[in-house]
Order: sequence, then structure tokens, then C-alpha cells
Amino acid sequence: MTKKQKKMLRRIIVSLVLLVAVTLLLEFVALPWPFQLGLYLIPYLVIGWDILKKAALGIKNGQVFDENFLMTVATIGALCMQEYAEGAAVMLFYQIGELFQSYAVGKSRKSISALMDIRPDYANLLDESGKFEAVDPELVQVGQKILVQPGEKIPLDGLVLDGSGTLNTSALTGESLPRPVAKGDTVISGCINNEGVLTIQVTKPFAQSTVAKILDLVENSSVKKAKAEHFITKFARYYTPVVCYAALALAFIPSFITGDWAVWISRALTFLVISCPCALVISIPLTFFSGIGGASRCGILVKGGNYLEALAQTQTLVFDKTGTLTQGVFQVSHIEPAPGFTAEDVLNAAAAAESYSHHPIAKSLAKAASQSVSPASVQEVQEHAGKGVCALVDGKQVAAGNASLMDSLGLTFQQTDAVGTVVYVAIGGVFAGWILISDTLKPTAKTALEQLKRQGIRTVMLTGDSQKVAQSVAQELPLDEYHAELLPADKVSWVEKLLAQKKPSSTLAFVGDGINDAPVLSRADVGIAMGAMGSDAAIEAADVVLMDDDPAKIALSLRIARKCRRLVFQNITFALGVKFIFLLLGALGLTNMWGAVFADVGVTVLAVLNASRMLRIKPLMR
Amino acid sequence: MIKKFNIEVDCANCAAKIETAINEMPDVNNASINFMAQKLILDAPEEHMERLIKEIKKAARRIEPDFEMEC
Repeated sequence: MTKKQKKMLRRIIVSLVLLVAVTLLLEFVALPWPFQLGLYLIPYLVIGWDILKKAALGIKNGQVFDENFLMTVATIGALCMQEYAEGAAVMLFYQIGELFQSYAVGKSRKSISALMDIRPDYANLLDESGKFEAVDPELVQVGQKILVQPGEKIPLDGLVLDGSGTLNTSALTGESLPRPVAKGDTVISGCINNEGVLTIQVTKPFAQSTVAKILDLVENSSVKKAKAEHFITKFARYYTPVVCYAALALAFIPSFITGDWAVWISRALTFLVISCPCALVISIPLTFFSGIGGASRCGILVKGGNYLEALAQTQTLVFDKTGTLTQGVFQVSHIEPAPGFTAEDVLNAAAAAESYSHHPIAKSLAKAASQSVSPASVQEVQEHAGKGVCALVDGKQVAAGNASLMDSLGLTFQQTDAVGTVVYVAIGGVFAGWILISDTLKPTAKTALEQLKRQGIRTVMLTGDSQKVAQSVAQELPLDEYHAELLPADKVSWVEKLLAQKKPSSTLAFVGDGINDAPVLSRADVGIAMGAMGSDAAIEAADVVLMDDDPAKIALSLRIARKCRRLVFQNITFALGVKFIFLLLGALGLTNMWGAVFADVGVTVLAVLNASRMLRIKPLMR
Repeated sequence: MIKKFNIEVDCANCAAKIETAINEMPDVNNASINFMAQKLILDAPEEHMERLIKEIKKAARRIEPDFEMEC
């Protein structure tokens, strides 16, 4: 509880005790009405003086129809009707409700900020003698060195100069697997150093660091309001005055007809209490903000409530291929040894022969080979430009290259039409097999697309790659359609075509890795960039940013968005429904002011609690 | 220029009203209040900033006397 809330709690207790005492006293002692009023005014003023003051200030400033004004009119009205106990009790009950509400809001605010607890408190700045001192991260300048000890948060983006260890990136990505780092790696702020002491050279000032950017983004998300939020603020602007005039009408019109003034005025006062729009006004933005907070916990940054709303309506998902569905890195994906050779023989021979080359293919061979090559074992390396390489490996003649290398060596071999780059290998003058090097699918791509399929979403892949490569990807993944050999401008026109095809009430989302697909990202209803850890361009261009490059997060973000939409709908119908029911009951005289206060504050508290369900997101299914 | 301020506002409806009031001020390009984060994000020309901050405080206190703004 905050100081303000504690103070209010004390006032509530004092006023409650006084109210009970006065009521008991009057049970036993009969007093004339001025004394009764005087006694009830004590608890009334203890609990309500600030409301009265704010109401008076409000009238002076031309701000009628705020809740202070309404409560003042309602309770003073009750006092005038000689319902002293009710007047004081309603004010007390209202303040209790307000306290509950402020507590509940404070609680969910705290749990959101706990989710967003990535802001570093300090940085260990190293001086030249190797001593360090804890300083405010904002004071550290680019180029300075900082020290991060085990268990500490990395305060600023930088480059590891010394040390190695593993990082916990879960606060940024929702990914629980630790990520190893070593000298020469770049690290981003907000990760926690699990083990090992790291010396880091700062590459960005705090204001431009990943942490500052993420926090900024979540805080600024209120700029992009969802339609539901606009609706509700507009609604609130008309709701309160309308109900107030209705109360006025309720007080006078039936009274003139029936002459029963007391009954109708007290019903009108009940109306006033119900007319506070707070439950509505708070619950909708709170739900969106909680949704944005909950999503950011999973490594999904949403730039505004409107995007969360649009994601919930997504029926068409367009994917970029390289880096989005595939790794974007070339790896050995298949080895086919000829009879008499093992896969290992073929791979090790090829890796050794290529060990002097810096070609990406040579690197992926070396990465895949089980044994490291000793430089002495490789001799007489001959590069055949555009064909491959020949070398003596452990005294054996090895050739590794494309089909034309094999042809020029006069070898009989079996040609393959596998998709990707094929390296044919000959050992000792005999064809030994071939190695396929290709971009591989991300491990979660298939399950991600299956999940989307189950959700009834049309999936389309657009790629600049060849028809053959696209086709092989489409065979492995349950895509609805794909279009290959597209230039960036073609991608835009395809997205426009798809936008025209979709149902008008649904939206289209584009997922890319943020590298040269900015035009498409902005053309789609929702642009989703993935693998954004440390990539400024992606954070700028997209509406939704996935911090890691896991395609399964796409299905998850749709799920979060739909859950958010569901809770918003629940809150709107619940709050409006209860209000209208109580307005009706109030007009018919079936509820009193107590019920009315529940309709106002109780609904708010329930809506706040409902919204906080947005913070709990089930982790990804693996 | 877009600037962000820490604010203190207790009720969500007041926050919405204050936001509307600020947006109606001349020289304000756009203003938005994040009630949950207790932040005001103000987009206005730099030369008017200082004067606007004063006006915003005054206007906001007229709506919610407990309004606080940190600059």
C-alpha cells in the first residue's frame, strides 16, 4: 500500500467506528433531528471532506459531472431527505470502493512493471587501474569499459572484451535456454549474466540501448489507442451527462404526477451514484496495457493497443522465407556417401580439402565435420576457380567441388537434383559421395505453421529465392501458397493483392526479419519483425517486434491478441450490463444506494481483476 | 519534439479528460496519457514546451486537483 492508501485506510476505520457508535447511540437515545444530523455529520465529514472539497473546486472550474460532484449531490441529497445514516454510509462505502480500486490498479501496475523489470539500476564502471565503481548507467559513455559479475544485469549494450559465460535472456525473449557468450560477442542490455565475469566495452549510450528502447516502446504504446478504447472514452463523455439529466427527470416528472417526492428523489440520487463511468474508462485501457505487458514478457513487443486489436483479427499471414521460416544460414543438411564410403569419410575429407578456403561453403563444412583438421595433413592444395578444390589429405588425393570438377577429373559419378548447393567428393580418384549444403528450416517452423493452420489462418510465403528452393520449403511446411523469385517491389504488390482478397473485417499480417522488407512491413495491416535483439531497423519499422527469431511466437502473439480481445469484450459487456441493470432497478426502486455503489466500484474492481488475467500467458508448447 | 513526463493521476476517467483537454490546446500536436504507466507523452514544438507544461499543469489541476507532473 502506498502512503496515500494507508492514510485513506485510517480515515475509513475512524469513520466506520464513529458511524457504528452514532447508530448504536441513537438506538438507545431519542434525539431531535438537528442533533441526529450533527452526530452523523462527524463520520460523514471525516470520510468525505476531500470529496466535498473537490466537488466545490470542480464547480468553480466548470467541471460538473465528475464523480466527486455526483457523490456530493447524492449524499447531501440523502441527508436532506433525513436519511442521515444512509448518506454517511454511502460516502464511506464509496471511499472503501475507491481504496479497493486504487489498490487493485496499483497491484496490477506493479505486476506489469515487475514483468518489465529489465531496467538496470547501476553499471560497474572500470577505471584504468582495473578498479570498478557502481554508477548510474545513464552516465556511462560509449567506449568506456564496464564489468558484469555473475547474477548481475547487463546494464548497457556492448562488446565482450574479456571473459565468457552464459546469459539469461528470458526477460527479453521469454526464452529460458541460456545463451553462451565469449570474447568478441556483442551483448545487449537487460540480459542477466548467469556465470563468469564479463568485461564489456559499451557501444551505445543508455538512451539508445535495447533496454531503454523496449521500455520506451511499452510506455509509448498508449499513443496508438485501440478502437475499443476510443469508443469507451467517447461513450463516457456522453454517458455521465445523459444519466444526470435522466436523474433530474426521474426526480421531477413522476413526482409531479404522483406527488410522492421522497420516493422519486431518492431513486434519482441512486441514479447519480450509478452514473460514474470509471469502471468502463479504466478497464479497457488496463486490459490492453496488461496484454502488452504480458506479451512483452514472452519476448513479443506490441507497439500499441490498436495493433493488438488488429492481430486478433488476422486471417492472412504472409511470411518472408529467408531468416523467417529458415535459419538464413547455410548448413550441411544431407550427406549421400557412395557405396564403400561412410558419411563421415566424405565429410571429413571435404572439410580437410577446403580447410584453406574462406568460402562460406568451406566454413559450413568445417562446422559440420566431426574432427578438426591439422594443417600439416593437408598438402598441395589446388583451387579450381568456380569448380572446387583438390588437395592431398593424409597422402590421399581428395577432390571436392561441383559437377564440372568431377567431369574435368574424368570421374564417373551420380548426379543429384537436390535443392541447394551440392559438393561432390572424390577420395583417392574414386567418387565417394556428395554433400548437400542448404538453408535449413527453423526447428519450430513446422509446428508454428500447423498451429496457424489449426486457427484457420491463410498462410502465404513470399520469397526472392528460386522456384525450386521455395517449392522444397513448401513441401515441408503446411503453407497454403507460395510465390518465388520476387523482387522487393514484387513483394509489395503481392501483399497488396492479398490485402484486396481478404475479408474486409479481417487483417493481414506480414512477418519478416526486418532486413530490407521495411516497405512490406509498413504496407501490411500489421508488420511483424523477428529476431530483433539488437536490430534497430526492425524495431523502428515494425508494429510488432519478436525479440527472438522463433516462428512459434507468431501463433503465440495471435493467441495473446485474441485473449485480449475476449477480455476487453467481457469487460465492456459486463460493466455496461451491470450499469444498465442497476439503472433499471434504481428507476423501479428495486435497489438502494448501497447497490448503486456496488454497481459503480464493485464492477471496477472486478474488471481490473479480469484485466490482470492478461498478465498470465501460458508458455510456449514445445 | 516528443517528450515524456512522469505524472501522478489517480482516476482513469480524469486521465482521459486531461488527455482530451491537452489535445485541445493550440500548439499541441498530440498528447497521450498512459494511465497504467503514469506517463504523459507530449508531442509539441520545442519553443512552446515550457509554456505548455505550465498550461497543462494548470488545466489538469482544474480537472483533478491531485494531479502532479514531474519535469
